[in-house]
Amino acid sequence: MTDVGLVAPPVREEPYRESHAEPPAEGTTASPRREVFLPGESGRRTALGVLRARLRWPLGIYTTPAVVLVLWEVLARAGVLSPAYAPAPTSLLGTAQRLWDQGVLGPDLAISLQRAGLGLALGLTVGIAAGVLGGLLRSGEYLFNGLVQIVNTIPLLAVLPLMIVWFGIDEFTKVLLISFGAGVPMYLNLFSAIRGVDQRLIEMARTTGAGRLRLVTRVLVPGALPGFLVGLRFSLAYSVLGLVAAETVNADQGLGFLITQGQTYLQTDQVFVGLAIYSILGLVADQFVRALERVLLRWRPGYEAA
Amino acid sequence: MSTTLATPTRPRRQAGALAEDVVRRFGDRTVLDGLDLAIADEELVVLLGPSGCGKSTLLRLLAGLDRPDGGRVEVPARRAVVFQADRMLPWQRVLRNVTLGLRGPDADRRAREALAEVGLSGREGAWPKELSGGEAQRVALARALVSEPELVLLDEPFAALDAITRLRMHDLVRALRVRHHAAMLLVTHDVDEAIALADRIVVMRDGRIGNEHLVELPAADREASGAREELRAALLHDLGLVHQS
Ligand SMILES: Nc1ncnc2c1ncn2[C@@H]1O[C@H](COP(=O)(O)OP(=O)(O)OP(=O)(O)O)[C@@H](O)[C@H]1O
Ligand SMILES: [Mg+2]
Repeated sequence: MTDVGLVAPPVREEPYRESHAEPPAEGTTASPRREVFLPGESGRRTALGVLRARLRWPLGIYTTPAVVLVLWEVLARAGVLSPAYAPAPTSLLGTAQRLWDQGVLGPDLAISLQRAGLGLALGLTVGIAAGVLGGLLRSGEYLFNGLVQIVNTIPLLAVLPLMIVWFGIDEFTKVLLISFGAGVPMYLNLFSAIRGVDQRLIEMARTTGAGRLRLVTRVLVPGALPGFLVGLRFSLAYSVLGLVAAETVNADQGLGFLITQGQTYLQTDQVFVGLAIYSILGLVADQFVRALERVLLRWRPGYEAA
Repeated sequence: MSTTLATPTRPRRQAGALAEDVVRRFGDRTVLDGLDLAIADEELVVLLGPSGCGKSTLLRLLAGLDRPDGGRVEVPARRAVVFQADRMLPWQRVLRNVTLGLRGPDADRRAREALAEVGLSGREGAWPKELSGGEAQRVALARALVSEPELVLLDEPFAALDAITRLRMHDLVRALRVRHHAAMLLVTHDVDEAIALADRIVVMRDGRIGNEHLVELPAADREASGAREELRAALLHDLGLVHQS
């Protein structure tokens, strides 16, 4: 920004020399290495610097996936990867288009999204309500904790056969599976987030004469927010997982069905289209939580990696 | 500002704070052992004592954060605490930190006034992470005073500040005492801080109040005078540091 920044020699480390204005006191054993700090990159943005920063991570966190995609495309076109095993990404676009035109992809996607949405809504509602009660009240802790811990240790997929026996193979089982996936991590994270709010701040709030409601709304809820968002991230990821499990094992509609069908008829490209859509769902969910974090956790003096 | 009506029907000892024969134990260690302390209305008492002697323990009893294991504690319902660390809610802006315990539609206005009193007008919208140590401690002071408490308890409130900021804070406390009519108990390690601010200095030893010193010096004499040096020497003696002075 200033001239000084440009004029000053860009020296970051240099050995100590006698010619410096202030020679060290008698002891010559003092560390000879010195560090010089100049205005940061943001201070003097040359066109070259901007270009270099852009080139290094042009797509942010999606740089690596994009590189993998390009590599895959190149290998597929070069004939290294057989189309029967891993068709080129560009040809997958064509497949997706074809499936959409056949009127398969649209309804399948819709029904999957509906299942995920219902399961999430159910799981998050129960998980948040139980987490808040368990976090705030001792009796809530005793009521829910043991149960959730037990459910948490049972793998989702292992419960599926039982649920099919109990509830049949229709929508309810799938929604329930997804809601388990979403509800359990939400409860666990919310509970420990509320219990983890700094005791000294709770104490301070009590000395100001703030009532119970104030304590909950201004101290416990905002203090538990970072943990809540961690829980939400897990919930979204696990609900996609639950969706896959439910649809793969038993479905006659939905993305999972699309994949199973593709597998049965050796339509590898169809399998890949299904997988790609699952992963896009996961990425969208992650971006959603990130956006929430940016808005809700503005107060946090976060660590910004270089 | 609150009314200055006299309440002659109220017995004198009800104002301020009162601790009678207070006992506090942690396991089989008795930290407070039959301690008596009375703080008069509008009096500023400074509590001195070596580290670990139980100053914070006493303060927490007076604040109502802990219960005594014996004896009796009587304090006004309207009281406030300033802790050593500022204890700001990092997720609330400065203004909302100050209004934490306030009710009513004029809460924001009162908080703004309190912030102005500690010299922080215009910083209402700042996040705690954007404040310096002294600024954060001033917010804590504003948060304590905004509710017009009858008793303010301060546990080494300026210990983490540099010498110059500390002197500014002393000026601030003196100025605030003129406007807010509260009894205050201030815990400190700093003998000079005690002399600068106190109406009375009490020294804790063996779980009780040992020596007391009334400080009736005018402001100028607190800075430098023979009486000040005498008091300082007496306090250092009480603290067992006499051989160092
Ligand atoms: N919650 C606690 N559990 C067990 N022991 C405690 C607890 N709180 C304080 N103590 C003990 O009581 C003694 C007095 O502690 P206190 O915090 O009152 O000291 P202090 O006079 O404020 O010291 P300092 O000047 O260092 O702050 C200490 O020896 C401490 O170890
Ligand atoms: Mg202490």
